[in-house]
Amino acid sequence: MNHDHFRQQAYGPAARKEDARFLRGKGTFVDDIALPGMLHGAMLRSPLAHARILSVDTAAAAAHPMVEAVITGDMLAERGLAWMPTLSADVQAVLATDKVRFQGQEVAFVVARDRYSARDALELISVDYEPLPVVMDAGLALDPAAPVIRDDLGNGRGNAIFDWSAGDKAATDAVFASADVVVSQELLYPRSHPAPLETCGAIADLDEITGRLTIWCTSQAPHAHRTMYAMMTGLPEHKIRVVSPDIGGGFGNKVPIYPGYLCAIVGSMMTGKPVKWVEDRSENLMSTSFARDYHMRGEIASTADGQILAVRAKVIADHGAFNGAAQPAKFPAGFFHIFTGSYDLKAAYCEVTGVYTNKAPGGVAYSCSFRVTEAVYLIERMVDRLAAELGSDPAELRMKNLLRPEQFPYTCPTGLEYDSGDYPRALRTALDLAGYDALRAEQAAGRQRGEYMGIGLSFFTEGVGAGPKHQMDILGLGLADGADLRIHPTGKAVLAVSCQTQGQGHETTFAQIVAAELGLSPDDVEVVHGDTDRTPFGLGTYGSRSTAVSGAAAAVVARKVRDRARLVAAAMLEVAADDLEWSGGAWRVKGDPEQARGIAEIAMAAHSGLDLGTGVEGHLDAITVYNPPNLTFPFGAYICVTDVDAGTGQVSVRRFIAVDDCGVRINPMIVAGQVHRGLADGIGIALMQNITFDAEGNCLGGSLMDYLLPTSVEVPSPELGATVTPSPHHPIGAKGIGESATVGSPAAVVNSVIDALAPFGVKHADMPLTPAAVWCAIQAVANTTKGVKAPDV
Amino acid sequence: MQVPAYVEYEKATSLTHALSLLAKFGPEARVLAGGHSLIPMMKLRLAQPETLIDINGLTELSYLDSTGTELRIGAMTRHAELLGSRLAGQHFPILHDAERVIADPVVRLWGTVGGSLCQADPSEDLSAAFAALEATMVIAGIEGKRTVPAREFHIGPYETVVGPGEILTEIKIALMPGGGSAYEKVGRRAGDWPVAAAGAAVWLEGNLIRTAGIGLTAVGAPQFAAREAEESLIGAPATQEAFARAGRLAAEHCRPVFDQRGPVEYKRHLASELTVRALRRAVERARG
Repeated sequence: MNHDHFRQQAYGPAARKEDARFLRGKGTFVDDIALPGMLHGAMLRSPLAHARILSVDTAAAAAHPMVEAVITGDMLAERGLAWMPTLSADVQAVLATDKVRFQGQEVAFVVARDRYSARDALELISVDYEPLPVVMDAGLALDPAAPVIRDDLGNGRGNAIFDWSAGDKAATDAVFASADVVVSQELLYPRSHPAPLETCGAIADLDEITGRLTIWCTSQAPHAHRTMYAMMTGLPEHKIRVVSPDIGGGFGNKVPIYPGYLCAIVGSMMTGKPVKWVEDRSENLMSTSFARDYHMRGEIASTADGQILAVRAKVIADHGAFNGAAQPAKFPAGFFHIFTGSYDLKAAYCEVTGVYTNKAPGGVAYSCSFRVTEAVYLIERMVDRLAAELGSDPAELRMKNLLRPEQFPYTCPTGLEYDSGDYPRALRTALDLAGYDALRAEQAAGRQRGEYMGIGLSFFTEGVGAGPKHQMDILGLGLADGADLRIHPTGKAVLAVSCQTQGQGHETTFAQIVAAELGLSPDDVEVVHGDTDRTPFGLGTYGSRSTAVSGAAAAVVARKVRDRARLVAAAMLEVAADDLEWSGGAWRVKGDPEQARGIAEIAMAAHSGLDLGTGVEGHLDAITVYNPPNLTFPFGAYICVTDVDAGTGQVSVRRFIAVDDCGVRINPMIVAGQVHRGLADGIGIALMQNITFDAEGNCLGGSLMDYLLPTSVEVPSPELGATVTPSPHHPIGAKGIGESATVGSPAAVVNSVIDALAPFGVKHADMPLTPAAVWCAIQAVANTTKGVKAPDV
Repeated sequence: MQVPAYVEYEKATSLTHALSLLAKFGPEARVLAGGHSLIPMMKLRLAQPETLIDINGLTELSYLDSTGTELRIGAMTRHAELLGSRLAGQHFPILHDAERVIADPVVRLWGTVGGSLCQADPSEDLSAAFAALEATMVIAGIEGKRTVPAREFHIGPYETVVGPGEILTEIKIALMPGGGSAYEKVGRRAGDWPVAAAGAAVWLEGNLIRTAGIGLTAVGAPQFAAREAEESLIGAPATQEAFARAGRLAAEHCRPVFDQRGPVEYKRHLASELTVRALRRAVERARG
């Protein structure tokens, strides 16, 4: 029996520990929490996308018999809280003082004794607005004549936020200039929204006696939030406790701090009572962190026989009215520079310009791996465009250009070092699962009968698991995560981690990691998370970083415990520590493996009166901080089969084949669950999900009647495959998986639909591929259902 | 959580009681049937009735039967009951086609046929289905009952001829031999309101179309009907050419508007395409 064998016993498919409470309706979400004397907040929001505030009259609302406080921007300004820092080092209005800059922006906050009264009182507040011209089209934001949205910044940069580039422009231009074939394409990755089942909310409770502030809130990053609250409010950080209880889905939506959280805090300061604020569905869709809104131009260069040489991209990134994107500070376009994809390129260059518009702030949310989603979509659409141009089969073209296993570690032309991969094996696995050749034959036969079936591929590489912290920080906080492992005398373990589960199953997976390292049962390991008073510091759960960073921390801290246990075992067995080896879940005497001690026995001894020898502390508890040496680079090959009704434009997804390689799989059942969810996301994003606005800046996606999420009818049962290429630098060889399918699948869906429409000469159509969009593509008429064009058709 | 404004609530125990409550509370009272439109509108405060009169206890309005000459559907019949009715499906498969694509199973279990019609959403599927079938609506008031043809039921978007003191109680459809019907809908997703939808009901004599009804929804067809298309079919042979002509006329005479579901020309195309598809299937069914 060796260590790997024992690890396999702890790893493997296992139902989530979390399921017991969720399936019985016994979870505790923010809105389930009721504190004695708790008051309720409601937010007044701007009906206009851009307007100067002339006056805010709250007298009637304040006179409402159930109202305890009404908070305005001016009142916050007196406390220095009218503006708050964003995760991208911009500032965002908590409650507007000068102007409103998007429809749904926070203007005033009412605190009342019940939720109904708080909502009623909103109607008693009157705000005088002077409407201003709006900027809704990211492409026009940089026009010198465009109204300046962020006049508060006074930086003379108009609506520009940042210019960022990666790669070697001159080298790339030179390759393009001499290439046989160059294909270019405008691509819109439209604005979508994570729309978690649970909306955002908080309860703030300031104890006037102790000066302690406790905030229960929907946070994917409780520790980062605690530090930000300390910086914003001036309250000392050790007096602040952030508790993120059960979270009903995050997907990036719950990384930022929202004005409602701060208003709840101020409400508690003003009333001396706990204040709860939970937004409704429309507020969540209209005001919280959106995703994408990348306006891209892609170019790809190749030889005449299909050797891909270089890629170029120019992007306008619409960040809305405040730059609230949550991503490492040095990467204002996230990891978009991974748009080099999975291919062996000579050169690549991208430029991204961030702009302000009169839309809700955000930009990095919805399982995008910090803009890898947009990058994968661009490269995978461009490869398909090239295949069509060359008359090549898209699978063959990919196979010809994929990086070869011996090229790893591979530094891509924009500077990312891909850690490991066997790309051809993953693609072959997917093609075999799909029965690719038979599908192509079926497609050809169907076209003879006027049936339009599509086969779309996508091969993606992600870079996930930020830091390393010397390269990656948010507001100066390096992206490293702590873990604290306590072993009780009876050998039961409690692991405290800094990340926060929102459905990923950390309580199960991380218990498996610790169990594997210590020869315990996962049932003997309790995972604590989400409470800053009970867990070590760390940056939280997003960007597929939990297993990549906190999971690594869990393994490392367990190995520290194991090392401590070795000294105790040596004392127990009266041998030198060097004479012991870890094998089969116990420390054993080399050459006499029956002489062994497991962690449970060692734990009791470690707490006993046994003489452990000079310098040995006793107990087994350990703590660690894991600072990843690099990102991990999961990858996968996806194939989507669609049927398109050319008479109506309706797309039906018939099959979805997904082969993921996320390195070592701790719990394959949880991996499969993550992939299932991500594929549903991707199908939704490709076919229907879209936050649109009219020309006046009214949000047209403010309800789930308008912002469509896919149902089981639209999402087929996926066919999953796996290859395993361990990460060489991760302690257990794992890579992130949480976002892979969301990142990789939209391109496969779009490629499939465009493939189906090839007989009509369609080369491209932007997402979402609604029936109208598909029909318009076929008719080669402008699709007027998207963007901000006026409804004047 | 979206929270409605303050509202009074009354539970009606009979039709007579409901009508007397309506009379008592006046025009700011609203009848609560399945509530799947009214309650969401109240939560968004787009609707703020003073009083809700709950008629969910009125089992006397929940039935689905045949008199031999008419199919009668009580207004409180739930969508799921209409979808589950063999009687309705046997005579008018258009109703099952339409119900199958209305909202989702949860909504269909509680939402009512009468409630959907009275909500009078310009995209309502059942309005088009009943227009195609030339159904008759029975409306009760304190003075008694009156009947209105389905094609005179709507005044405009979200407006019907049902007065403030009245309640829709029943939908009647004449039973005639030789008929077939079908409903075709394009939505952006299961459960979505239609981008466009067309229902067709035909009665054949040999290969000739004796009479035909075509309902359209979400495309601005007056009273949810495509009269010109229907007229073009009467006495015509049931051929692809006749269907195509009817489709063209349906598209020509409807008035779709641009919205997130699509541009005008697309919706017009669907009016034609779906009319043709519905006619084809209705004729296949009529031929058995």
